[in-house]
Amino acid sequence: MTALTQSAPTRSERQYQFSWADAGPFLALAALLALGFLVNPDFLSVTNLSNVITRSAYVAIIAVGATFVISSGGLDLSVGSMVAFIAGITIMFMNMMAPSLGLWAIPAGMAIAVVTGLLCGLANGVIVTVGKIEPFIATLGTMGIFRALITYMTNGGTIPIDKSLREAYRPVYFGTLGGIPIPILISAIVAVLGAFVLYKTKYGRRCAAVGANEDVARYSGISVIKTRTIAYVIQGACVAIAAICYVPRLGAATPTTGQLWELQVITAVVIGGTALRGGKGRIWGTIAGAVILELIANLMVLSDFVSEYLVAAVQGVIIIIAMLVQRFSK
Amino acid sequence: MSIAARIDGDSAIAPAAGLPVGPAVLRAEGLSKQYGAVTVLSDVTLDIQPGEIHAIIGENGAGKSTFMRLLSGYIEPTEGTLSMAGHRVRFSRPDQAQAAGIALVHQEILLADALSVTDNLFLGRELTKGGLVDDARMRRLAAAKLAELGCEVSATSLVRDISLADRQLVQIARALLDEHRVVIFDEPTAVLTGGEVERLLTIIFELKARGIAVLYISHRLDEVQRLADKVSVLRDGKLVGTYPGHTLTQIDMARLMVGRELNALYPQKQATRTNEPMLSVRNAVVPGFVEDVSFTVHKGEILGFAGMIGAGRTELFEGMLGLRPGTATVELNGAPVRIRSQREAMDAGIGYLTEDRKGKGLLLQERLGPNLTLSALASFQRGLIVRRDREAKALAQAISSYDIRLKSLGARAGQLSGGNQQKLLLAKVLLSDPSVVIIDEPTRGIDIANKAQIYGFIQDLVRQGKACIVISSEMQELVGICDRVIVMREGRISGEVSDETMTESNIALLATSSRAHVAQGGTK
Repeated sequence: MTALTQSAPTRSERQYQFSWADAGPFLALAALLALGFLVNPDFLSVTNLSNVITRSAYVAIIAVGATFVISSGGLDLSVGSMVAFIAGITIMFMNMMAPSLGLWAIPAGMAIAVVTGLLCGLANGVIVTVGKIEPFIATLGTMGIFRALITYMTNGGTIPIDKSLREAYRPVYFGTLGGIPIPILISAIVAVLGAFVLYKTKYGRRCAAVGANEDVARYSGISVIKTRTIAYVIQGACVAIAAICYVPRLGAATPTTGQLWELQVITAVVIGGTALRGGKGRIWGTIAGAVILELIANLMVLSDFVSEYLVAAVQGVIIIIAMLVQRFSK
Repeated sequence: MSIAARIDGDSAIAPAAGLPVGPAVLRAEGLSKQYGAVTVLSDVTLDIQPGEIHAIIGENGAGKSTFMRLLSGYIEPTEGTLSMAGHRVRFSRPDQAQAAGIALVHQEILLADALSVTDNLFLGRELTKGGLVDDARMRRLAAAKLAELGCEVSATSLVRDISLADRQLVQIARALLDEHRVVIFDEPTAVLTGGEVERLLTIIFELKARGIAVLYISHRLDEVQRLADKVSVLRDGKLVGTYPGHTLTQIDMARLMVGRELNALYPQKQATRTNEPMLSVRNAVVPGFVEDVSFTVHKGEILGFAGMIGAGRTELFEGMLGLRPGTATVELNGAPVRIRSQREAMDAGIGYLTEDRKGKGLLLQERLGPNLTLSALASFQRGLIVRRDREAKALAQAISSYDIRLKSLGARAGQLSGGNQQKLLLAKVLLSDPSVVIIDEPTRGIDIANKAQIYGFIQDLVRQGKACIVISSEMQELVGICDRVIVMREGRISGEVSDETMTESNIALLATSSRAHVAQGGTK
């Protein structure tokens, strides 16, 4: 009834404005590196940095998927348990196939891992979209289910990978290609693919539109159910890739594999600048976020100022600061 | 009908001059309300006597709700004063008005679904005993109040388990829980059916008998005619006059509500209308909103849909386009089409501009380009990639053809003015070149200059051989641009006007009265 005409705030004429919120994660990363160097010059050594980034690779890979889910307006708490579940299935399958397929059991197992991940993601997506259940609750449920399944499959202990496969599989975590550790290469590929899909394709546009305003998306002829479900399927695929990289590190799946990773993943996404309420996804920010989390832990181990028992507390402070920056930088 | 004739019609109705003047229980003097530069209510002076039923009528946007909210303390006046029984009063919060004895029964149901009827009645003013809530006493009082109103629900039922009509009664019970001197009803019958309306009218007559002043806002002129001792008419935020209820016919009321001149806002009508059916809809049903509506729009025609808020106009089209559950048999250019989703509607060549451009039309945080292309992304794709250069070209084109004014190309949709947002939305829907364009409230909240431009764009569409449907709450607008107007009331078509019968008062009559018949050849 009342005409409320908004006056447009004056902004610079540039098409892409500099935004502190968008640059934030990268500035924080640079600041951490500088701080680390001051604390301990070894911090910036190639060996140390490559170790840190390798360790952050799983969280980074999963967090790329989570960037899709969160920017489409969803949330997935089940990723940590899903890693364990997929790792368990994969190892069991590889061990079973080792006598007949020999080393071919490894690629076959990887394929099974990806298929399982896609199915797990599809299940989450369908429960959330078709079942119309709050993502928090739906994935809290599947989180329990996956965790219980891996505990049941391992009978409370561990499922180690068959000795005949161990050596051949080791390089996927420990190997390098052109001097770069393979997990780093894999996470870089996942990030590039993720950025391509989110920023360049029709699906990426729709994903962000659904997260920004479901009604606008619906009135624009976009299927909200399809778009959201696909985001969960992408998440499942990313979890599977992370599981494939993780298996050779420990050589086994246990009931505690991937425990609390979901929190690390959500933290990485949020401090990367993706809006938790949806609508804005930042793949490269997410990657920076994952590295920041691991850097903080590493820095605290290397320095003597703060006990490393407080790592989680510092990460907690970081996520709150990140949210405050998002909130007040509008 | 000439404007002179209309003014004659107005002056034939005498204002209430000779009524006995007692001490007003509530008096508004020179009440005005402005939001920025926009005046929504201007200089309204009105006396409410005890024991009278005083109806306030007017078109959508005439200022009725603003007036009610001023009286009940939800908003403060920009100018003017209120007095009760001769004493100046000033309300800055609703509870102050309540304490002074003024209760407002809201148009929308404002109850907490998950709480019981009793809890809702006493929400925010719970009775306590020794510091603890006294549930037993509240239940007893609630049951007594409900019985008094003839409401048969149990005081312990949850609000979500009771019918809409009972919720309305609970809301009234909540307003009447304390003794009040003035009770304001804002469109109380909008959600009620025949028998329930009767029960409500009985309640209102009882209030009157007890000496309570009742202010009754309604679009339903037949109810106003039965109830009102006095009728005050608001038009464009101004009080047209106060009239004795019994002397006014429904036609008089409709005429008083709309009586204003057409001006040069509207383009000269073009004879683009053909007899070639373009979109024909049969037996459209949208559960809860629309019962069995059929209509046809022709090539080159602008067809209007009029009706009061809640008549089911928007729901009809959302149901037909798969945006909400509903059924309809749709034919486009003579061939049957199945539409189960907005996507299928677009593919068939039907474009729809929502009335809620901020909530459902545009991504306010997003730049203009992605907003423009959102529903036509496929045509901007090469391989897997959405081509930004093509998008930028389309945006430049839209900005120049629809005269979208913006501060910078990097602007977000939410930073545009209402009129420019509407033009962007129009460009977005027209990007996929639909043959039928449905525009819901084309000019809501838009300034005059942009309005005139949008009317021009609508005319361009039919000139190109498209068919256009305009849904609007502004009757003047419909008369100004449409070839034909269908009027809806309570989920059904209550009539159709065109040519000489297409006047605002005829539309108002069809939209508000159940026993309306349109006089042929004008209303004089």
